[in-house]
Amino acid sequence: MTTFPLLVVLLPFAAAFTGLLLSRWPHRRAALTNAHGQEEPAGHATGRAAGGTTRAAWIAILPTAAAAILAVSLAWVPGLAYFTGATAPPPTGQTYGTIGTGGIPISLVLQADALSSVIGVLVTLVALAVQVYSVGYLEDDPRYPSYSAFISLFTSAMLLVVYAGDLLVLYVGWEIMGLCSYLLIGHWWEDRGNSRAAVKAFLVTRLGDVGFLFGIFTLGTAAGSFRITDVLAKAPDMAPATLVTATMLLLAGVAGKSAQVPLHTWLPDAMAGPTPISALIHAATMVAAGIFIVARLFPAFLAAGPTLDVLAVLAALGMLGAALAALAQDDLKRVLAYSTVSQLAYMAGGLAAGSDVAAVFHLVTHGAFKALLFLCAGVVIHHVGSNLMTRMGGLRRELPITFVTMTIGFAALMGIPPTGGFFSKDGVLLAMDDALSTGVLTDAAALLLYGCALATVAVTGAYATRAWLRTFFGPPSAVALPEPEPGTAHVVDVREAPRSMLVPVILLAVPALLLGFAGEPHLDLGMAVVSVVLAALGAGLVYAFWRIDPVADPARLLGPLRVPCERAFYVDTLYAALLVRPVPALARLVVRTDDVLVDGAVRGSGRSARVLSGVLRLAQNGNVQLYVSGLLAGVLLIVVGAVMFT
Amino acid sequence: MHIVYPAVVAALLFSIGVYGVLARRNTILVLMSVELMLNAVNLNLVAFDVWLGDRLHSGQVLTLFVIVIAAAEVGLGLAIVLALYRNRRTVDIDHLRDLAEPPGDRPRPPGAHPDGRRERHDDEQPVQRGGGPR
Repeated sequence: MTTFPLLVVLLPFAAAFTGLLLSRWPHRRAALTNAHGQEEPAGHATGRAAGGTTRAAWIAILPTAAAAILAVSLAWVPGLAYFTGATAPPPTGQTYGTIGTGGIPISLVLQADALSSVIGVLVTLVALAVQVYSVGYLEDDPRYPSYSAFISLFTSAMLLVVYAGDLLVLYVGWEIMGLCSYLLIGHWWEDRGNSRAAVKAFLVTRLGDVGFLFGIFTLGTAAGSFRITDVLAKAPDMAPATLVTATMLLLAGVAGKSAQVPLHTWLPDAMAGPTPISALIHAATMVAAGIFIVARLFPAFLAAGPTLDVLAVLAALGMLGAALAALAQDDLKRVLAYSTVSQLAYMAGGLAAGSDVAAVFHLVTHGAFKALLFLCAGVVIHHVGSNLMTRMGGLRRELPITFVTMTIGFAALMGIPPTGGFFSKDGVLLAMDDALSTGVLTDAAALLLYGCALATVAVTGAYATRAWLRTFFGPPSAVALPEPEPGTAHVVDVREAPRSMLVPVILLAVPALLLGFAGEPHLDLGMAVVSVVLAALGAGLVYAFWRIDPVADPARLLGPLRVPCERAFYVDTLYAALLVRPVPALARLVVRTDDVLVDGAVRGSGRSARVLSGVLRLAQNGNVQLYVSGLLAGVLLIVVGAVMFT
Repeated sequence: MHIVYPAVVAALLFSIGVYGVLARRNTILVLMSVELMLNAVNLNLVAFDVWLGDRLHSGQVLTLFVIVIAAAEVGLGLAIVLALYRNRRTVDIDHLRDLAEPPGDRPRPPGAHPDGRRERHDDEQPVQRGGGPR
């Protein structure tokens, strides 16, 4: 039992290793292609690709499944205890030695306590669903083996983050996650836009990670240890300034990874990756890692009041802004991406309001229903061959199973009872309501947070309804399908997606629907009524606009706000003007300075030395007699000098 | 005999030698001028040996050494001149300028450029091998 955390981390890692090295071995492709030339029959080609894919799929799925079973067995007792508030059993795990650094040692601790075992289950189950789903989604992709191996690597890294008992070990997993996110967003790198999106995601999260690393250093130095338990034990004794500095720095990393307000711009662009990746990394797990970190170090954050205020303001701005942006997007995946930003801001708001349990509960339900939504969106996109909702419509007859599951997902997103999202969102709202009176936050921040959260409930209802109506209802769009671009999925003629895609979707719909009953749902009737009424208000407004004209976009209810919402309030434009363009300009200036000043000095000294030496070279004309004359003249000079001066 | 006479003669001989070395174009004549200088030195050695009345006659002994060395030097020098003539068809010292700085702005390191070797030997003639004595 104590080695389970290590096994859970190592199994997907071994899968990634094996998948990258062995899934195409032995390498026979070159010989076959040369033998057949261009006239190779299509069946032969697909058969061979399917052979490689099948092996890679088994390599990817089996260890993930084993890890999921282990994670569930780890979480059986402490997971429930976390939500019911019972005293959790001591963490299961082991210390695998320490690394002496000359200063504070790094201890290799892997352990599953209540919080990490819950998140571990979420990660492994969603990863398993995504791995199975990817088999169908990318079945004729030539790079499927490396793709599935990267997912395995990502799973391993995320589990390392979850189970790490030491901040620096955690940071290792944190960075590998960022790398995998970069690799997988750029899966279809042939399209320049996709690789640019990958670079953007990498750079923006890296910007936050710098702060995160220094936050870890500050905390570790102040506590004299990087072990999370030691840090949390010493947190109350630390100087308030140290604590605020450390948590603010950590907050930068959280904002980067969890796509919170100043650094959220990478997440909508990250939708350039394959849809299962969006489900796994950019909805359910990696972006939730930031929230997880705050929950992990929650006592430290709770002791740093200003940080919580900042977190509350960022969350308030993020949840409402992202929800409004989601209301105006036409790309289905971008709608879901902005929705993810908004929901993550909900969790951040819950944490800022002082309730980590509510936030983590929302994290878990959100992981389930947002992964479900993304996977359903993948089915829809797979079927339609486009991400744009203007190309969709009337799909409920063609995709009945997806219609049902996606409806469950949207209901959970809106917080309609009895879905999981209803209970968790209720818990978060309740925590924010409590924050008004308990004084965790300053009054202004608490009020802003609560107001924005209530407004967001309504906007969430609106955008979820809009996406649902525009995808599944209304007249089917009669647009002729163009050739799919490299960044989109493939057009398939079957009526419903392959079974490998439908089974994970159906299985994920179950937790999305029923997860609210796990533990003891803390239900407050008044709050529930308020949130449901608000969500229904937003939904009803959109429905009314949609009824007037089912073809037109209900986003027109935003009026003049529509264009700013569609451009996500010009944050990207602002960053482009403030950062993206000045940096190359500065770089060009540096290059010119280097060319003219530094290189100029070097080149000038070389050239002047050569010109001066040219004067000396005039004497070296090769005439020996001239040399001897010079010698004689020199000797005479010396003699004359010797005679005169002695 | 007064010491001045041989000294003046030796000085004249040496000056003629120096002039020959510095001014003549023919390599053989340059060698001969070197011999003149050596012999001027020899004359000085003998004369001063007599004038000083050295018991060990070290001046005469040294003269013998110089003569031997001069013979060897001339043998070696003439051999070089002969080899030079076989290679270049000239013994004009003005045309033997291989030690000059190569023309052009930037001197290339040897081997850096395929033309690097050629440009130092513009007046080189093709080597005749196995020509035998003439």
